[in-house]
Amino acid sequence: MTVKYEKTKGLTDKPLSYCPGCTHGIVHKLVGESLVELDILDRAIAIASVGCSVFSYQFFNCDAQQAPHGRACAEATGIKRVLPDNIVFTYQGDGDLASIGIAETIHAANRGENITVIFINNAIYGMTGGQMAPTSLIGQKTTTSQDGRNQADHGNPIKISEMFKTIEGVAYLERVAVNNPKNVIRAKKAIKKAFKYQKEKRGFTMIEVLSSCPVNWGMKPVDALKWIESDMIPNYPLGVFKDKGADDEKN
Amino acid sequence: MAKVLMKGNEAIALAAIKGGVDAFYGYPITPQNEVPEYLSKHLLANGKVFLQAESEVAAINMVYGAAGAGKRVMTSSSSPGIALKQEGISYIAAAELPCVIVSVMRGGPGLGGIQPSQADYYQATRGGGNGDYQLIVYAPESIQETIDIMKESFDIADYYRNPVMVLVDGLIGQMMESVDFDKPVKERFLPEKDWATNGTMNHPGKRNIANSLQIDPKALEQHNIHLQEKYNTVKKNEVRYELINFDDPEYVIVAYGTMARICRSAIELLEKEGISVGMIRPISLFPYPKEAFAKIPDKAKGILTCELSQGQMLDDVLIANNGKHKVGFFGRSGGMLPDPEEIVEAIKNFNERVVK
Repeated sequence: MTVKYEKTKGLTDKPLSYCPGCTHGIVHKLVGESLVELDILDRAIAIASVGCSVFSYQFFNCDAQQAPHGRACAEATGIKRVLPDNIVFTYQGDGDLASIGIAETIHAANRGENITVIFINNAIYGMTGGQMAPTSLIGQKTTTSQDGRNQADHGNPIKISEMFKTIEGVAYLERVAVNNPKNVIRAKKAIKKAFKYQKEKRGFTMIEVLSSCPVNWGMKPVDALKWIESDMIPNYPLGVFKDKGADDEKN
Repeated sequence: MAKVLMKGNEAIALAAIKGGVDAFYGYPITPQNEVPEYLSKHLLANGKVFLQAESEVAAINMVYGAAGAGKRVMTSSSSPGIALKQEGISYIAAAELPCVIVSVMRGGPGLGGIQPSQADYYQATRGGGNGDYQLIVYAPESIQETIDIMKESFDIADYYRNPVMVLVDGLIGQMMESVDFDKPVKERFLPEKDWATNGTMNHPGKRNIANSLQIDPKALEQHNIHLQEKYNTVKKNEVRYELINFDDPEYVIVAYGTMARICRSAIELLEKEGISVGMIRPISLFPYPKEAFAKIPDKAKGILTCELSQGQMLDDVLIANNGKHKVGFFGRSGGMLPDPEEIVEAIKNFNERVVK
């Protein structure tokens, strides 16, 4: 009997702590596979952030640190500066990265820190029970925007990839989604490329992943995946925002 | 190396290099700026890491990262900046990572001022961060003593896997003294950092994790108990203090850092007037030198706590004295320094100073 498929060695055997239908598990798998395929798992250091992925230090099968809320990119910087040949990546949600940790993230990007950021955008605070995130959509009902987010009171959803595109130190930046097999394959390619660029010491790499949160969105898992397509992608268009490697080849 | 004339903040920086610092992460704030300025030149020139962070909050989390990676790492700041670092300090203490934090105190609260102060005794010894944790805190009174402690502090931090704070004030940071950098440091057996998160290639078959999250209350309580046991060992082994003029003193002053220097002059003036005053000079603030108070003669008329604050170490003096002697307080704050004569007057009018 031949083995057709097996769980990546990039993840531990610890059962994931995520809710049914949540796409964190898919993204974990893509990260784990990328680390194994690039043969960098044994020199990787994961930074878990605060939010649903706070326990991710138990899941990535490599060394890890657990950062205070929003500080993952600072912690990653501290490590990478003293261990420049290791692979350092953060795994952060939208509350952690786009709200409380936006300063740390922008400055790490601006310094061109040679780290990889996996940014999960699910437009809501999951761990704390469905509060409004900086990335929540206009009209989106959350426990702290019960009549729906509105521009006058809450501002517009923050577009991280569009913002970070302007930062010189960013070497690779792509927004992907994990709502259907085609998009998952694209996401895998993007994540692997980001780690490859880090391995090649090209600078700051970030992959924004549109992800689902069926429990806090109040949807069935399949409907949540559909909502990514119908509502999130129109607000957060997918694509490569920056690719210094491709630019170098062109020049 | 012969004696050199050097400014306090620069001496702190050079002592850190002598102590084997691998990386510095910090953010500018007066009156400690010469620490990062000196290190920016000399660390980078020696292939070490210096990084000016975007904020104190980021700086302390960079310290967390590099400490977790097993390197000798430090930051320095001053009062409002140390306040911003408290979140990270709590995490570092919880994750049991070694690092050195230099705090060059200025007047507060709020933005306060930039002149010397000791109003951050609570911040250093009680912590502004959350949870049951302690820093090991040293408060030297001279640049020479600051150098000696800085050099040793990296060993102490590694030995206990705990943050060490070197607490001085703007006066020590800004003044110049003749100093020697080659005084030997006490040798300690330092175990391998087999816990460092530096990639499993360095420790095959074992994942290292730097973490402070313990979601199971039983496990968290065990961790708290473990930390307390460590702090109790620190209390047993790391108390430092100096007794000055302790042959049958009529009164005893308790003062640390810059205030202790001023009190030394006051004690000489009082001696000329035939009033014998001794001094307990705590060098470690945590652990606090409680045992020194047992050496105060029974017939002493009282203890005068002198601080550049409105009375913070006073709490520890009251605890250590345990009701035995009358305790008085003299303090200046906001960056105002007393003349020795003010302390002479305070001793002469001790009864007006008694708080308990």
